[in-house]
Amino acid sequence: MTECLLAATTWLLPFAAIDWHGLFFLLFAAIACGAAIMVVLTDNVVRMALHLVLSLGATAGLFFLAGSEFVGAMQLMIYVGGTLVLLVFGVMLTAQTQLVSLRTPAADRVLAGILAAALFAVLVQSAVSVEAWRRPGRAEVSAPTATPLGMALVGVRVDGDAAGHESRPLSGYLLPFEIVSVHLLVVLIGAAYLARAKRRRTPRAVELVASVDPPPPVQARSEAGESASVLVGGGR
Amino acid sequence: MAEFLIETIGLPSWLAWTAVAAVAAFLILNVIAGGALVFIWAERKIAARIQDRLGPTRTGGRFGWLQSLADGIKLLAKEDLMPDGADGMLFRLAPYVSFCASFCAFIALPFAFDVVGLRLNVGVFFVVAVLGLEVFGVILAGYASASKWSLFGAMREAAQVVSYEVPLGMCVVVPVMLAGSMDLVTIAEKQAGWLTNWYIFHDPFTFVIFWVYYTCAVASVNRAPFDLAEAESELVAGFHTEYSGLRWSFFFMAEYGSMFLVSALAAVLFLGGWNGPVPIASLLGWSDGSSLSAPYAVRLLGCANLMGKATAGVLVMMWIRWTLPRLRIDQVMTTCLKYCTPIAALMFAGVMLWQLFLPGGLIPGSRHQAAAVREAWLEGRGDRVPSTNVPLGVVPATSRQVVGVSQ
Repeated sequence: MTECLLAATTWLLPFAAIDWHGLFFLLFAAIACGAAIMVVLTDNVVRMALHLVLSLGATAGLFFLAGSEFVGAMQLMIYVGGTLVLLVFGVMLTAQTQLVSLRTPAADRVLAGILAAALFAVLVQSAVSVEAWRRPGRAEVSAPTATPLGMALVGVRVDGDAAGHESRPLSGYLLPFEIVSVHLLVVLIGAAYLARAKRRRTPRAVELVASVDPPPPVQARSEAGESASVLVGGGR
Repeated sequence: MAEFLIETIGLPSWLAWTAVAAVAAFLILNVIAGGALVFIWAERKIAARIQDRLGPTRTGGRFGWLQSLADGIKLLAKEDLMPDGADGMLFRLAPYVSFCASFCAFIALPFAFDVVGLRLNVGVFFVVAVLGLEVFGVILAGYASASKWSLFGAMREAAQVVSYEVPLGMCVVVPVMLAGSMDLVTIAEKQAGWLTNWYIFHDPFTFVIFWVYYTCAVASVNRAPFDLAEAESELVAGFHTEYSGLRWSFFFMAEYGSMFLVSALAAVLFLGGWNGPVPIASLLGWSDGSSLSAPYAVRLLGCANLMGKATAGVLVMMWIRWTLPRLRIDQVMTTCLKYCTPIAALMFAGVMLWQLFLPGGLIPGSRHQAAAVREAWLEGRGDRVPSTNVPLGVVPATSRQVVGVSQ
């Protein structure tokens, strides 16, 4: 029976030679790059956001493929999830017809092209300069885990042995973590302060009319109009 | 299972891994699709009983149990309509985005000890992150439909989901803190034993936070009383007003899939996962208490346990839907920002203090040490075999941990 099964699958044998990891890497990389190019080429804001989601999602796929699940999930949570808000803004903006399609002026395109090329050159240069990546053969990866990272954030380094720093205990990231979180809290409070509804104490219509004594005709009309607009506007 | 195929039948390893991955994907897809069929029927029957009606009675003989199948055939045969002003690509894509997000999250959900599509060591985080992507489909559908009802629905959904992710995240962190791990398998494993080991009964704070989680979960999967995105009394059908036929049914499968998923997540995080209220298996002597050596039947029992808990969660959602009236958008926001978030934050602090001062519970020695994983790490042991150095390319990294029921 085993022989039959094997014989039945002989036509599949060429697939065995395929480097599946490399194939998936190329697939995700192609999606990431292609979608990124589409972000630039599309002129509809919402479609741009969708392509951006695709590109960032494929990048998360690359992280998962490399075995760094924590970074991959982070990528999904922060970048892809953050694009959600971008998408909402896109939808809100395109409610007005003049913004439905965004066209970039040619001069801006040239400028952006130069900038992108410069950035690309820097990235390629720094990527190539990593010694370990230039050696032939495959790098060995250990199955990573989020635990050492989490422990380091609360101030305990458990990865010291692996890195060979047994003599000197590594310091954790508790202080930077706290500074960043306090910073974020300040930003949140600031945002809430800036975005809060500005409430002015406006006298109600009845008080307004009662306070005008005696009413000069012009002023009374303007005040009545003002209080009416306040009422219509729903201000308190 | 893959090792079994390789060693016993002698399949080449790449084929064995692919076969196992295909089987896992097939099973998960059927949990969603088959589950949706059952749940839609159940929802009709429950709604009918709550409203003093009979519900479907004819299709398929008694109880109308084939009603969902008949509906499915009807949906297949329906014309696939698209409004004139719609953005064609996005309109067609949106249902699949929703469904894929719902489906992807199932990959990391453990059904029993080794019955998990992909055991991620950040499983909780992954599930929550992917579940948040489902809203993309809704927003795209709302935008692309070129209909004001749809757009209103999508905007409401966006506001709701972005707000409810905050308390939901806080609730999810509590079991993570108790277990000392983000791995869903580890979290459920820590609640093994009697009913009292479940995290919902860990202390008063977790009991409260379970209900906060459930409220936020109902809101995040867009079910009544939080179904503002499709409020049919105001917005016709909200974001899926313009959809018909199979595309519409994809939205529904995604919704029922997500309902099942958040309920299963609640079961894993708070209700002991696949561990039943009574440790039958170890009482009968089928297993010595550790899941690694548990025989096949025990794992099947675990599967049934988890599915039962998740189904119960879904049924409660239906009960809520047909009992409570829909909230207004400002009430939804108030519930989230003024009630759920502060309660979750307080309970989080409470659980933290409880862990500091009463780590053994009120009755000393009655439960596992919750922080055992951390100590294990500090001593360099690790509760799992940490790193089998797998050279890249030998096995696809994504299928490295695809484990069915390994024997």
